[in-house]
Amino acid sequence: MMFPAELTLKDGMTFHGSSPTTPKDVFGEVVFNTGMTGYVESLTDPSYEGQILVFTYPLIGNYGVPDSRHWESKKIHARGVIVSEACQNWSHIEGRESLFSWLKRECIPLLTGVDTRALTRHLRESGVMLSAIRKSRKHHRQRTGSHPRREKIENRNFLDPNRENLVANVSIRKKKMYGKGKKIIIAVDCGMKENMIRCLQEFPVTIHRVPHDYDYTSERFDGVLLSNGPGDPARCTDTIAILRQVMKNQKPIFGICLGSQLMALAAGAKTYKLPYGHRGHNQPCQDEKTKRCYLTSQNHGYAVDEQSLPNGWYVNFRNLNDGSVEGIAHKSFPFFSVQFHPEATPGPTDTNGLFQKFYDLL
Amino acid sequence: MTSFRKNLPKKVLILGSGGLRIGQAGEFDYSGSQAIKALKEEGVRTVLVNPNIATVQTDKTMADTLYLEPLNPGSVTRIIHKERPDGILLGFGGQTALNLGLALAESGVLKKYHVSVLGTPIDAMKRTEDRELFKQYLKKIDVATPRSIAVTTIQEALFAAQKIGYPIMMRSGYSLGGLGSGKILDPQALKHRAGEALAGAPQILIEEYLGGWKEIEYEIVRDCDDNAITVCNMENMDPMGIHTGESIVVAPSQTLTNAEYHMLREVALRTARALGIVGECNIQYALNPKNGDYRVIEINARLSRSSALASKATGYPLAFVAAKLALGYRLYELKNAITKKTSAFFEPALDYLVVKIPRWDLTKFKSADRRIGSEMKSVGEVMGIGRSFPEALQKAVRMLNIGADGVTEYPHQIPNYEEEVREATDRRLFALAEFFMRGGDVEHAHRLSHIDRWFLYHIKNIAVAKHAMKKHALTPDMFRNAKCMGFSDKTIGRIKHLTEDTIRKRRITLGIQPVVKHIDTLAGEFPAETNYLYTTYHGETNDSAPAKKRPIIVLGSGPYCIGSSVEFDWCAVNTARTLRSLQETTIIINSNPETVSTDYDESDRLYFEELTLERIQDIADAEQAKGIIVSVGGQIANTLALPLSKHGYTILGTTGQNIDRAENRKVFSTLLTTLNIDQPSWEEATTLPRAKAFSTRVGYPVLVRPSYVLSGAAMNVVYSEEELTAYINTATTLSPDHPVVISKFITKAKELDIDGVANNGSVVIQAISEHVEHAGVHSGDATIVLPPQRLYLETIRRAKAITARIVRALHVTGPFNIQFLAKDHDLKVIECNLRASRSFPFVSKVTGHNFIDIATRLLLEKSMPDTPAYETLELSHVGVKMPQFSYQRLKGSDPIAGVEMASTGEVACIGKNYGEAFFLAWLATEQHIAKKRIFVSIGDEKEKFVPLIRVLEENGWDISATEGTHDVLSAHGIGSRCLFKASDEIEPNITTAIENRTIDLIVNIPRHDTRRHETDGYLIRRRAIDHHIPLITNAQFAEVFLKCLATLREKNISVVSWQEFMQFQS
Repeated sequence: MMFPAELTLKDGMTFHGSSPTTPKDVFGEVVFNTGMTGYVESLTDPSYEGQILVFTYPLIGNYGVPDSRHWESKKIHARGVIVSEACQNWSHIEGRESLFSWLKRECIPLLTGVDTRALTRHLRESGVMLSAIRKSRKHHRQRTGSHPRREKIENRNFLDPNRENLVANVSIRKKKMYGKGKKIIIAVDCGMKENMIRCLQEFPVTIHRVPHDYDYTSERFDGVLLSNGPGDPARCTDTIAILRQVMKNQKPIFGICLGSQLMALAAGAKTYKLPYGHRGHNQPCQDEKTKRCYLTSQNHGYAVDEQSLPNGWYVNFRNLNDGSVEGIAHKSFPFFSVQFHPEATPGPTDTNGLFQKFYDLL
Repeated sequence: MTSFRKNLPKKVLILGSGGLRIGQAGEFDYSGSQAIKALKEEGVRTVLVNPNIATVQTDKTMADTLYLEPLNPGSVTRIIHKERPDGILLGFGGQTALNLGLALAESGVLKKYHVSVLGTPIDAMKRTEDRELFKQYLKKIDVATPRSIAVTTIQEALFAAQKIGYPIMMRSGYSLGGLGSGKILDPQALKHRAGEALAGAPQILIEEYLGGWKEIEYEIVRDCDDNAITVCNMENMDPMGIHTGESIVVAPSQTLTNAEYHMLREVALRTARALGIVGECNIQYALNPKNGDYRVIEINARLSRSSALASKATGYPLAFVAAKLALGYRLYELKNAITKKTSAFFEPALDYLVVKIPRWDLTKFKSADRRIGSEMKSVGEVMGIGRSFPEALQKAVRMLNIGADGVTEYPHQIPNYEEEVREATDRRLFALAEFFMRGGDVEHAHRLSHIDRWFLYHIKNIAVAKHAMKKHALTPDMFRNAKCMGFSDKTIGRIKHLTEDTIRKRRITLGIQPVVKHIDTLAGEFPAETNYLYTTYHGETNDSAPAKKRPIIVLGSGPYCIGSSVEFDWCAVNTARTLRSLQETTIIINSNPETVSTDYDESDRLYFEELTLERIQDIADAEQAKGIIVSVGGQIANTLALPLSKHGYTILGTTGQNIDRAENRKVFSTLLTTLNIDQPSWEEATTLPRAKAFSTRVGYPVLVRPSYVLSGAAMNVVYSEEELTAYINTATTLSPDHPVVISKFITKAKELDIDGVANNGSVVIQAISEHVEHAGVHSGDATIVLPPQRLYLETIRRAKAITARIVRALHVTGPFNIQFLAKDHDLKVIECNLRASRSFPFVSKVTGHNFIDIATRLLLEKSMPDTPAYETLELSHVGVKMPQFSYQRLKGSDPIAGVEMASTGEVACIGKNYGEAFFLAWLATEQHIAKKRIFVSIGDEKEKFVPLIRVLEENGWDISATEGTHDVLSAHGIGSRCLFKASDEIEPNITTAIENRTIDLIVNIPRHDTRRHETDGYLIRRRAIDHHIPLITNAQFAEVFLKCLATLREKNISVVSWQEFMQFQS
């Protein structure tokens, strides 16, 4: 049984669909991801905390949901999911349940039958915005002949998840250790994807995974990894302050995604919000020095402002499509960062070698 | 585009792919055409060698210099000697060009003339072509391939198979479309099949059998600086064991997890890097669904059918980009051709999916096996685009144009459907639908077919939805759901006992309409600057507003099949080009990914869509089209003329009613009678006695055309009452609904064709071509000469007069084609089509007048610039067009031309005289005579051949013959060796001679009245084909050909470009 439901955007645009449950109103910033696989990885990516995720690929759930060993965190972080079609008859040897039942179990509202392409185009033109998934207010809400249209918004406040401390929501609570290697890595968890840990564990290292506001300045370590995470980087004041301290002792620091933005902020640069972000598996990036191009997996709404980069820093990777900063590095110290996800999952593994590069610096 | 490269070559030779055949079809017109465009943009001079005259790439607007010459080392060497190119492209003409390139490199020709191979280097190509080398190479970079052993003899094959364990997979090296491949169960079968394969290839492979594994493919692009991407991946619905060209394919993959997708992607890039690919290649995998284990099956270091599909599926112009990379560009220096802003270094994100279904024509071949497997048999393909699998799948089914209006609507019974689910045939999809409609479950279907359950669930859902519509009233929700699942109005109408029109009206009233979406390569992330479009019911808003100026719609050809091939794509492309040159907004609708017309830069708006009444109405309504051109897309488009005009759409040119008057046999026959034009007598019979009575009255032989075919070929010539009875009883069932058309078959008659263009009922241009073979060979299988060489002037005059009368009576505006029988001085009209015919590109390129361009201007009622008198008869050269057959692919088929068309393509060459053009054209069908050893077996009129064979003897030919022919030759003092027939089972036997290849050419002219298959003649013909020995079966053809053999040497025929011929002409 499906119930008519809708997505209402802050600008009044409404998109209709149906939902397997009668959804309670749920708010979030609606964003789109253009990846064609990897819905399990995306949904469990903590960077989606506070967001309603639109998959532009129309068939989601084809291979079901595997057990949690394959996830990027312990639970679904997206606040809501919007698709054209959610597959009920999934098929894969590793599947354990359907996308339907998983979302239901985790109480994440699903809206299907949506013209996700029209929605994506709208977001592209108007920028990402606050939105709500809710029950259809009119009950003739058959898809027949209905068009997305701008409607008067009832005096309703759109709760803005960006006002919450999203990083605090998803960061690890207590320090956790992995491995018994010689080199010690501090992995600052601002909403870290599990695969970063898996990638680091390929090397003979000991990983101290620490909360976002954990002060490790007085501990012994050989390098720092700054993880991905949700929301506005400028809100992570604690993390930035600690990082600024750490930079002084010139040990290797590797920032990924939010980590890249944090490194920039710690260095004194600025960040800004992109109109509709980069979320997908096909973002082309070029190494500024070698001219070598890489296809990257991305999920970010903020970027580093190139003009604000202080002396001593340079752009090491650049987006081939819009020219935006895809990574920065320091000219003299072993600090480097990338805006994309070298750990992939989901997406291409082209830049996996960056973990090796980081290890070699330790 | 400004040139980044400083060291661009000045002149580049591009090798085409020759005549269309199974395994190598129109996709190479797409790739070659894009390559030419890419090079021309850089100011590089282009020289193209391709005898396929029906292609777009052989147009005068394409390559700077064109050679309609055979694609063999001798002829290409002579062209290189003459043209002195400094670069050569080998990756754009399929396996033909690649093999030829390897041969030219091997023989030192490229080195001698300082021709550098652009793009993927020769060494890399060799690594992908030589199986053993390939395996070793991949092992070094830790990439898994199937366990296999390469062998060169039957003994080695047997030993290898024993080591690996049966069942095994046998594969043939250096081949296209999996020729000579197959699953083999036991040593007995291996012995037989290995023998055949080794006759055509120096090496075969015995391999572990991977039946039931998923089959996945990736298209890879890499530049000279090692930047590499995979543009697209594809998943076969049919698991391993069925050739990818025979499989239903979806893009992107549907059942792969992120981990699997990227594991295979990483291996693909690693492999392309290690091999040193520069440009494009594809990689095929087997993926074990139980544990994610994989094997690399094959790499094609060139553009392929899959890359054409990937190009159309994603909007990424693979061939264009590959050509630029071959010139030394890096991917980041190129722009995404759709957004024109973002980089070409990216991987398309799709927000739709495509389903490819192969198009088979197996029923056209006598005794051909319907089962499909690791060898390719399909002749074309279609691609359905949708936002759900059922939508895309059902669209694709309709695109096939085989009478199935949906997955559940196959027009014939499939009695053993379960068997066909298990042992795949060309109609397994329909057998699956039947299986589910009869209540079969997914698990059972999976056990039978090994098809992934994901696909099966969807097919079952379609069957279930049909059942629900049958049982319940059609609510708006159910209606919309049915449309989202791809059901056509016609199908819904059939289920609800309502007409298609009623359903359409009701649907529109309910507001259930498809929306138009862009294919933009980036899933909406960036705006598209081009108009590559499809329609879907999974959506609420259109991506694009209709064009500002009311457009003209050109209907394309649909899938390639026997009788409708690349020539109609040429027609559609040329129509669109003329329309655009006249500032008309032009829409192309087509469903065939192997075409140039579906390149989005060939029209203002491209709809990759079904050519059905419903969809064309949707598009014409949405776009407010001012007119539709139905006369350049072949028969599918032509058939839509009347329905479209009945629904009030403007057909440009000849009216729908008049097109129908030519199509409707009875009406047209009456018209001819009124016009006092002769025709072979005919009758429509609904009972056997009436059929017999008519045949007796007009006298045998008669041509029989059933309207309903049970098995075998549809048309047949019968020579006696017994044959008539037998044929009608086995091939058809007669009833008032299924009559049979019988017409007098005139023997020893010449056939001629008039192709022309008319304006308001008067002829503007026409070309008369003559068939080499007598009537009885389908015009599509005939060898055609222009200008005619042996027609009486009087015949030509009369044919023109008749044409003028018909054209006037039907008030023709636009293209037309009329076929005649000529015997003595009598002319009979046998067919008339008020559309462009398959010979339009041929007559256009031989005469130098573009018939389509002229026709298009007339369709627009643009007055011709003081219409010149076009010269099409007094030419200073001769053009000969020959059919390209694919009998090697169709095991068991009788390789003999008859009234039913069997050729899959054509080639044409121009010569200074008839003999040269004829001989070149024959060579251009990829024929090769190794030594001077001929075998002759002639049924009737043996004496006629005596003088010809005498000349061969004098020229040092070694002659052998069957008993009867041998006797006649001896009686005339010609020495020949007598070989016994296969059934005699005594040596020296023809079978042994063929198997040992002690014969280089076989002339086997069957007696005109024996058409039984299992004759000795059939065995000779079949074995000739299976052992790759040139075979000639038609008496008139043989006469010309033997004359050529006696008088011409290929190497003495000078290579003349098309441009040079046209210069001499003017």
